[in-house]
Amino acid sequence: MSLLADAVARAAPAQAAGAPVLRVEGLGVRIRTGRHALRALDDVGFSLRRAETLGLVGESGSGKTLTALALMRLVETSAIEIDRGQVALDGVDLLGLPERAMEDLRGRRISMIFQEPMTALNPVISIGRQIEEPLRRHLGTGRRAARDAAVALLDQVGIRDAARIARCHPHELSGGMRQRVTIAIAIACRPDVLVADEPTTALDVTVQAQILGLLRDLQAEMGMAMLLITHDLGVVAETAHRVAVMYAGRVVETAPVGALFRRPRHPYTRGLLRSIPRIARERPAALAEIPGTVPGLLALPEGCAFAARCELATAHCVAERPALERIGPEQAVACWRHQHV
Amino acid sequence: MTATVAVNFGAGRRLARRFAGHRLALFGAVVVVLLCAAALFAPLIAPHDPVELDTSLRFMAPFQSATHPLGTDEIGRDTLSRLLYGGRVSLTVGLVAMLTTVLTGASIGVLAGYLGGWVDALLMRFVDTMLCFPQVFLLLVIAAFIPPTLLSMSLIIGLTSWMEVSRIVRSEVLHLREQDFILAARALGASSGRIMFRELLPNAAAPILVAATLKVASAVLMESYISYLGYGVQPPLASWGNMLTNAQGYFDTVPWLAVLPGVLITLTVMGFNFLGDGLRDALDPRLTLNR
Repeated sequence: MSLLADAVARAAPAQAAGAPVLRVEGLGVRIRTGRHALRALDDVGFSLRRAETLGLVGESGSGKTLTALALMRLVETSAIEIDRGQVALDGVDLLGLPERAMEDLRGRRISMIFQEPMTALNPVISIGRQIEEPLRRHLGTGRRAARDAAVALLDQVGIRDAARIARCHPHELSGGMRQRVTIAIAIACRPDVLVADEPTTALDVTVQAQILGLLRDLQAEMGMAMLLITHDLGVVAETAHRVAVMYAGRVVETAPVGALFRRPRHPYTRGLLRSIPRIARERPAALAEIPGTVPGLLALPEGCAFAARCELATAHCVAERPALERIGPEQAVACWRHQHV
Repeated sequence: MTATVAVNFGAGRRLARRFAGHRLALFGAVVVVLLCAAALFAPLIAPHDPVELDTSLRFMAPFQSATHPLGTDEIGRDTLSRLLYGGRVSLTVGLVAMLTTVLTGASIGVLAGYLGGWVDALLMRFVDTMLCFPQVFLLLVIAAFIPPTLLSMSLIIGLTSWMEVSRIVRSEVLHLREQDFILAARALGASSGRIMFRELLPNAAAPILVAATLKVASAVLMESYISYLGYGVQPPLASWGNMLTNAQGYFDTVPWLAVLPGVLITLTVMGFNFLGDGLRDALDPRLTLNR
């Protein structure tokens, strides 16, 4: 891609503010295991605007991380295949791009940070060089300039004594500092989209709050869109603007964060919200839980995947799977019985 | 490849400090350095030309005369000079063969381990095939067709002994490629080549280095072996191996002719092995030794 064309491609969507920078539509992922083929993701869709954070919420195994990896095109192996849908970054379908072009986008226009900061850094390469890497790879920054930029980035993610830390190796840093480093690496090229896969799950609570604060500040500063994957509704309430709830490889509800917490429209979302422990003055009743477990992908039912655990389920729910239905300007839900929730 | 890898670790001082704490390694390093220096400066140190003969002074015992400190052999050549020049041959062959082994073995190992699938299957069956032949037979057969020069011997030894390294590297890569930091590197747009040679291989540096030092040792042995059998370095050029061949006829009467090159071979092998151990400990950034 020529520099000029690239600059035009970057400038054009900025004028059309409010248009989504990333739009995922009908995304499907299939896993072949021996004789069977599992549908791990089915018809996943959401969109992300500039400077917006979308929380992607769900239990373990609901397909959150797989969604993130699929939209970065990092899942394809001989057994795993993205077999349908569209992932459009500023209107360009990433799923149709050749691998080389995709490599040029990763780390430059769309970046990712991972759950486990202890293992997400190469143990034998110094912190500084790992931050310089995307700059030199994507922006062609010179050796010296990249070194200075790395120190500046460390400073930007709130690491004191950045010049010294840049010379350290990952094992010399704490978990919180390492996560700051992975963030510095991810934002080095000022990406349009940052995918954060459970960025605070492996950290202790005080550090969690700091990292979330840092991500919020960086977003405000750079205007990047953020896909925040988490199972922690507290993190969502604190950080996200909108939420997409996933269950068994599908999106079952999307809503602005306020609306979702005020009035969830899917029984699963309601169950999730009820199962958050609260500190109340009088001793509350036993903590609510959702009965049963997520169905295995091998035994996905014909109808709604949540029907077996749902108190509102009817024969219709068991027989036919509800599609995601728009019920407001910003809200959609996949439930036959959403009026009753 | 390993050379740049070792240098890239930076923090040279810390590495040196850890290394110095390792006594056997230090011993190994000293032995290796002395042997290399002796080989390098052989023309300056050697009291005589290694092929110059003096039939009036045959079988002179060591420590008898100042002109022949380690005695003379069956046709009156100076043993010290021959050992020094023989060391040049052995160490050159050892190092060049090691480089060949490591370059070939590491490349094949990382390709097989990272790319997997049919590439892996093909390369590993090739490794199996190579391992089916005893190395000595391979060496002797090839040596019968190719005139033995230092370079050809080194390459032949190197190209018949890389399989172990490729297996070590492959197994290391199989484990490393599932680590998050490889996924993270891909998420930053790193290409497969970059991931294999810049992200994965440095992490396998420790086992590669250990294998490399062992390979120097075994290549020195191999060179001695084929020279001993008469297919390697040809007389009158000296090598520790062909010195042993010459000495075996007189072993009952003048054992030092065999003992001296034998001791040097042993010292070299030991030196490189200790050096490898020390490097392994010093290079592992996760090990913090406070010795």
